[in-house]
Formats: sequence, C-alpha cells, structure tokens
Amino acid sequence: MERVRPKLAVWKFASCDGCQLSLLDCEDELLEIAGEIEIAHFLEATRASVEGPYDLSLVEGSVTTAHDAERIRDVRRQSRFLMTIGACATAGGIQALRNFADVREYTAIVYARPDYIQTLATSTAIADHVKVDFELRGCPINTRQLVEVISAFLAGRKPQTPPHSVCIECKIAGNLCVMVGHGTPCLGPVTHAGCGALCPSYNRGCYGCYGPMETPNAPSLSAWLSKLGMDYDALKRVYRTFNANADAFRKESERHDQ
Amino acid sequence: MAAQVDGAMAIVTVEGLEALLQAIQARGYRAVGPTLENQAIVYDDIESINDLPRGWTDEQDGGRYRLMRRSDDALFGYSVGPQSWKKFLHAPKLRLWTAERHGENTTVTPEASPNDRLAFIGVRACEIRAIEIQDRVLISDLYVDPHYQALRARALIVAVNCGQAGGVCFCASMQAGPRVKQGFDIALTELLDGGEHVFLVEAGSEEGHALLAPIPHRAASDDEIEAAAAVIERTASSMGREMRSDDLNELLMSNLEHPRWDEVATRCLTCANCTLVCPTCFCTSVEDVSDLAGERAERWRRWDSCFTMDFSYIHGGSVRASAKSRYRQWMTHKLATWIDQFGSSGCVGCGRCIAWCPVGIDITEEVRAIRGCDAAAEEPQ
Ligand code: SF4
Ligand code: SF4
Ligand code: SF4
Ligand code: SF4
Repeated sequence: MERVRPKLAVWKFASCDGCQLSLLDCEDELLEIAGEIEIAHFLEATRASVEGPYDLSLVEGSVTTAHDAERIRDVRRQSRFLMTIGACATAGGIQALRNFADVREYTAIVYARPDYIQTLATSTAIADHVKVDFELRGCPINTRQLVEVISAFLAGRKPQTPPHSVCIECKIAGNLCVMVGHGTPCLGPVTHAGCGALCPSYNRGCYGCYGPMETPNAPSLSAWLSKLGMDYDALKRVYRTFNANADAFRKESERHDQ
Repeated sequence: MAAQVDGAMAIVTVEGLEALLQAIQARGYRAVGPTLENQAIVYDDIESINDLPRGWTDEQDGGRYRLMRRSDDALFGYSVGPQSWKKFLHAPKLRLWTAERHGENTTVTPEASPNDRLAFIGVRACEIRAIEIQDRVLISDLYVDPHYQALRARALIVAVNCGQAGGVCFCASMQAGPRVKQGFDIALTELLDGGEHVFLVEAGSEEGHALLAPIPHRAASDDEIEAAAAVIERTASSMGREMRSDDLNELLMSNLEHPRWDEVATRCLTCANCTLVCPTCFCTSVEDVSDLAGERAERWRRWDSCFTMDFSYIHGGSVRASAKSRYRQWMTHKLATWIDQFGSSGCVGCGRCIAWCPVGIDITEEVRAIRGCDAAAEEPQ
C-alpha cells in the first residue's frame, strides 16, 4: 500500500539560488527525500508542478518588490508548515545593504534604464511579512542541517539546530580559538551556530553567515575587535554582510555609522 | 639497579625519558601529550619526545595566548594550553545509543564502552586535581558515567611539576598546585639548571613503578632533590594571578545582587568558551536525531554550558534569560555552590577561562571586584 507522502514546495524570492541548490546538493539523501516527500513544486529541479496546498514549504529569498510581498502571502495561504531557508529569507540577505542606502542610487549605477526597475526601498525577511514556522539560518544553509530539519519535520520532532554561539561548535570540533591564539578577528561569539565552525576550522575568523546567536552582545565584541586593530569603519562593515538587516547586527553597524 | 619505590627519587636523562615513553607505548597505551599544533601547545597523540614542544613556551593573558621561543631546550617549559584532558575522558561529542526499526520490531543498541588505554604525558598538578573533581562528579555517586569510568580506570598519568607559572595561573591560590602530590603513576620534575638536562622521577603507583624499573636511571642526590623543590617553590611564588579562596562560598552567596554582576554582563558574550575550556565543567546536553525514513534514530551527548538559553529552558522559557544571571550561575557554581554540592571548589586555578575568554573576562578580577578591595577593577574596561 502506498503511503501518502507529504507534499513539498520550494519557493524562490530575491536570492542567489544557493540555498535551493543545497537541497539538490544533498546527493546521497535526495532520493531518500524524494521517497518520503512528494516534491510537488520545485522549479529549480523540475518545471512540472503539482497544485497546492502543500504540507511543507521551503522559502528562499527576501522580499524586495511589491509583487513579492503579495506572492509570499499567497505562499503562506497554501502552506501548512512554512520554513524559511538561508540568510536572505531569514534576515533580508546581502541585498538588504540597500536598507542603509538610497536604492535609486544603486539602480542608477547598475541599470541602463533604472526607470524600468520597480523595487522596494528595502529588502526584508519573510517573517516581516507572514508567519514563519521555522527559520533555518545560513548563507548558504548547511545541507546536513537541511536534511535534519526535513527529517525532524517528517518525524514530528524538534530539529537539532541550536541557537547558541559558533564558539560552542568551535570548541566541540577541537579548534584553536583564532581570536585568542592568533589575534584574528572572529564573529563566532555573536553568531548563531550551524556551520560547524567552518571558518575557524580553517584558521579564519567567523564572518557571521548564520546571523546573530540567541543572545548576542555585539557591542562588547566590537570593543575587543577594536583592540585587535579593527577601525571604526571596519567595525561597521564587519556586521554588514549577509545578515546586515538582522536586528543585532543592524544595530551594531548603525552604531558605527555616523 | 632496581627502580625507586614510592617516595624515593631517581634521575633519568632526556634519553631515559624517551625510553620511558617507548615503554609506555609498548605496554599498550596510546600516548597523548603536549605538542605544537597551529601556534599552540595542545594535547594530542605523541610517539616520541621529539613530538614535545622542545624549547617553546607560552605567554598568556586575558583573551590572549602566544607561543614564544625559550632560551633552552626544556620539554615542559610552558603552562597549560587551550584544552584540558577533559577532551579525552569526557568527550565533546558521544553517541549514547542507536535504535533501528525492523518491521514491527525496534532494537536499541547502547554504544559500547571505550577500551582505549590512554597515557597522559605531562599532566600538571591543577589538572590532576581537575580530574579528581570530575571523578567526584561523574563516577563517585549514585549515577556513574560508564564511558568516563572505562577510560579513567585504564588511564596512566605521567605528571609534571610546573617549572614556571603562566600569566593566568593561580593554582597556588586554589591549593591545587604547582606541586603534584597524588593521583599520578609517575611524576617528573624537569631540571635544567645543573648543567645537565635531567628529570627527577618518582613512581606513584605499582604501574608507574613497573614502567620505571627497566628504564636507565640513577639515584637522585640531595642537591638534585633540593633543586627540584626549588623549581616548584619558584613556580609557586610567581603565579600570574591570585585569588583569595577561603571564604568564596560566603562572599559570593551573600553578594548575589552586587552591581558587579550587571557590569560583567555588559562585557560577557555568553559564548560559553569559559565553561568548555574549564577542566572541571561537566555539563552536557542530549540530542536525538532520526533519519528521513524514520528507520534509524540516534541519541548523542555533547558538551553544553550554563551560558546557553536551552540549558535552563523549562516549559515556556529560559530560567536564566539575562547574561547577568548566566555569568553569575557560572561563577557561583565554580567557586561557591560546588562546595555544597561536591565538597570542594570547582576551580583549580588553571586560568583557562581567563585566557580563552574572547574578551578576556578574568574570574579572579571579578572576585576582587565583588570583594570590593580593588577599586580599579570596579571601573568598566
Ligand atoms: S575562533 Fe571564533 S568561533 Fe571559535 S572559539 Fe574563537 S571566537 Fe569563538
Ligand atoms: S574556573 Fe577557570 S581557572 Fe578555575 S578551573 Fe575552570 S577554567 Fe580553570
Ligand atoms: S559552571 Fe555551568 S557549565 Fe560548568 S559545571 Fe556549572 S553549570 Fe555546568
Ligand atoms: S565569560 Fe567570557 S568566555 Fe565566558 S561566556 Fe562570557 S565572554 Fe564567553
């Protein structure tokens, strides 16, 4: 007897597609996922699309146009469980740098006919528009974590994606702390775990790809980073990457922006 | 000549130490000890004394660790490094069991206890004390951790009396060092000043005695025994940090609302590094994972810390939501409530929490501030 498999939809908003690709990158598990879930709507993988409603929607990308702001409400209506994946969807992504500038200036630089461009002044997280049931952080998301959250969804259990600092992963991995040992600036103490402390494992400081951890204390870290030689402007920029619009990072960069 | 029995002292040369290390491995031990890795002196597998950080030392301060060259060829001329022996005895991550579904039936297979025989080479006095404290917590009560117990029962400890104190050391304040007093199989004191590079050795167990017996050695002279005592004395009097410790339980517990907790909370990142590098912190969390098909599940245990929100999550929220309450939990547990709970302080003065705190928060300075006898430390940094 064929089991009724939950229906999965994957949606794209303003993004680079990297997070959706993570799903296709789950090579070993992809067939298994397809065995457990009906992939009903996933344009990156197939043009064939099954109509909603969907049991699980994975949403990639941020809201940057009025049209997207409408479309996400439609996605929400069709989705029983809506999960955002990646920094664009959870924080607005790198494109949220426009939030700190004049988007018309940007379009004037990039496009020959900026008047053809219809875009909002801001790039915002999906959760700023609709209720989100679960956020999976990262730029891009980690395939191991993606398989974990899908497995957890299927089993009806809590996914193991702890919101503590990257430092805990770093210590569990047995890394040398690059900040203490080498004097390399690192955002690990204020950054949400999930990558397995990838950069510190290769002797680089954390770039904050997973956004703020549960209780970030960025001002204290900034004070230390400046002792390590980071100047005021660098401190502004270090928080302005993929998660620039995440609350704690936005506030900290604005504090260094006169 | 027969080896020295408990209490008696012998001298071995650098070559003799190499012979000892080979004998330990020949007896079936996996030797782990200090070695250079990624600009730090870490504990990892070693095969020969050539793997030891010969001629290196470290410079440590709050949030800072750097290697430096020594002017001699000392093999143990540095203080404790980034992680303690805890990473071997109380693994950062451990699978506890695996469950598998076979049709109607489910089997649950507990993880087998490890049977590694670890030889810890170069264990410092504070670290022996820390292992004893973890013994008290993990295997001396009603509930016994079988993984820790299996490794601990088979472990060999080759201790070293510290020849110099590090910048963040305060074992003397905690009565945990620098002299190794018990809990070792073999204890060494490195002697560099007498023209010859030798080690004063002492057996502390039958196993240590049996290992030392065939190693070339000679009886220690009174001068050498005195020289070794002087080395330890010099170390004890040059501690990088200091902390009055006889009244900490009363001091901290009667100051739970001291303004200093708010001040330290402005600096603390709640990153948990201090607890993970601490050789006595034992807290873990369990995580259950299942596969996509729901055919296989595993339970894992991993290091956790009272600095995470999940740690004190009780239906609906975290009991210690503020950074203040979490820093206070860490410090009062280490220095005060540990005494009520386990009969000793939870701190051995190794200084790791000071050096490896990314923003250099110093437990000795926090105590001084609460004690109120250091007005300068009251100033925010
Ligand atoms: S390297 Fe970075 S992430 Fe790792 S412990 Fe140090 S500060 Fe934390
Ligand atoms: S509290 Fe700090 S100094 Fe004391 S044992 Fe732990 S890491 Fe070492
Ligand atoms: S200080 Fe915190 S992490 Fe360490 S043993 Fe106590 S409760 Fe556990
Ligand atoms: S005291 Fe330091 S190491 Fe400990 S949680 Fe706070 S910032 Fe992190």
